[in-house]
Amino acid sequence: MKKEDVPQQGGLNSGAREVSYAVDSDGHYTLASSVGWEAKNIALSQAWEAIDDQLRDVIGEIMSGEKSPLAYYMIKNQMDMALLSEYSGVARWRVKRHLKPKVFAKLNRAALTPYAELFGVTVEQLHLVPEGSISSLAELNRPEEENT
Amino acid sequence: MKIDFTHRQFAHCESGVTANLLNHHGFPCSEAMAFGMGAGLFFAHVPFFKINYLPLTTFRIAPGSIFKKTAKRLGIEVQKRKFSDPEAAEEELDRLLEAGRPVGAQTGVFWLPFFPPAYRFHFNAHNLVVIGKEGDDYLISDPIFEETVRCPAADLRKARFARGALAPKGKIYYIEKMPDRFDLEKAVKSGINEVCRTMLKTPLPLVGVRGIRLLSRQLAKWPDKLGEKQTILNLGHVIRMQEEIGTGGGGFRFIYAAFLQEAAEVLQNDKLIDLSQRCTEVGDLWREFALIASRVCKGRAAVQDSFDDLSALLCQCAAKEESLFNDLRRAIAK
Repeated sequence: MKKEDVPQQGGLNSGAREVSYAVDSDGHYTLASSVGWEAKNIALSQAWEAIDDQLRDVIGEIMSGEKSPLAYYMIKNQMDMALLSEYSGVARWRVKRHLKPKVFAKLNRAALTPYAELFGVTVEQLHLVPEGSISSLAELNRPEEENT
Repeated sequence: MKIDFTHRQFAHCESGVTANLLNHHGFPCSEAMAFGMGAGLFFAHVPFFKINYLPLTTFRIAPGSIFKKTAKRLGIEVQKRKFSDPEAAEEELDRLLEAGRPVGAQTGVFWLPFFPPAYRFHFNAHNLVVIGKEGDDYLISDPIFEETVRCPAADLRKARFARGALAPKGKIYYIEKMPDRFDLEKAVKSGINEVCRTMLKTPLPLVGVRGIRLLSRQLAKWPDKLGEKQTILNLGHVIRMQEEIGTGGGGFRFIYAAFLQEAAEVLQNDKLIDLSQRCTEVGDLWREFALIASRVCKGRAAVQDSFDDLSALLCQCAAKEESLFNDLRRAIAK
């Protein structure tokens, strides 16, 4: 890659610049700053869209009474049952039970606290699932826009 | 308290950390040099090992290996520790900082507040250098950022004890003692030899040039086997592994080309200049692959035709790398 060809297609870096290796006019390697590249932006947005798809599915399942709201927070934090169990310290078979709406509804504060702490929400919030459109990327980019 | 540490921004976390630590201890070193001596270049495609339901594809060697091998080849004494108790891990870190020692740490990126939000995934093989502490904040030289950053102690603790695949377990590492003399030539040659060996001779069809050919064959089958949605997810994953922050572009091939250029000077061997150019060409080919692949992902190219093209491109990459590493081995085998 030549230095003048280093792409400058910003998007998801929140303004952060990264280093690309490129060849200058004398054929020597230099470190060139880049705000991003289209190909990368596409691949990264796609990864977030896949998470959004999962979120929409899980919200549907929660609404239809197949899963508890815990499932939403699990997916939101890109976890599966195994990872959630490791992080929260709750045994996996119990996590599995807590994903059932009937079991979840009966849980007391103490049982919900590890999850709430892990996800950085209150115990009350754990019972709430957002309504309306889901877009993780739009959500991620919002605070950055306020800064600029 | 802040250690006087020169922060330099680089492309890749671990080679950047290694270069910055070596620099701090009086051995001026570029990232490319650390990457080359540490034999960072790699390829593997493991279809049956899934991360997030996506087959593992990697362009780099296992985490920790670049630092370890660079240090070993230069005869540097290093210390490494993992912890089971987060509190003990923090105390040890504070103790080392107090003693004026910058400390390398492996972390997950999901919990690091200074990371751009769009990059916060459960990826646990990130590396950074802790260079001080002020109140409840750690001061950090993270080589992929332009400036040093601050990170609340609670967040760093979470990141050091991230769970899941490649869990860092609070791992820290630092340079204990520098040798009186370095044999740079030997370190460079040994690093090159190792990369040539893994890329050409690993007796597993998943690794090195054979791994690239495997990916090329597998990828051609994805549209029929997996359906369009999963195919596109798989493809997007390869692009991310190849290009996302930390590779310097072209799946580390450009960093390696930069290393070969420096190696030509160290070894007084002009053949390496030519080989560096060829390595750049391979990197360009990988970039072309990523660009076409991203268009397929975005739905701007017809899937089946493009997959034949993509598969053919990977075959070219494999062929070029095969001859590159063969010639490289010969070039330094005098």
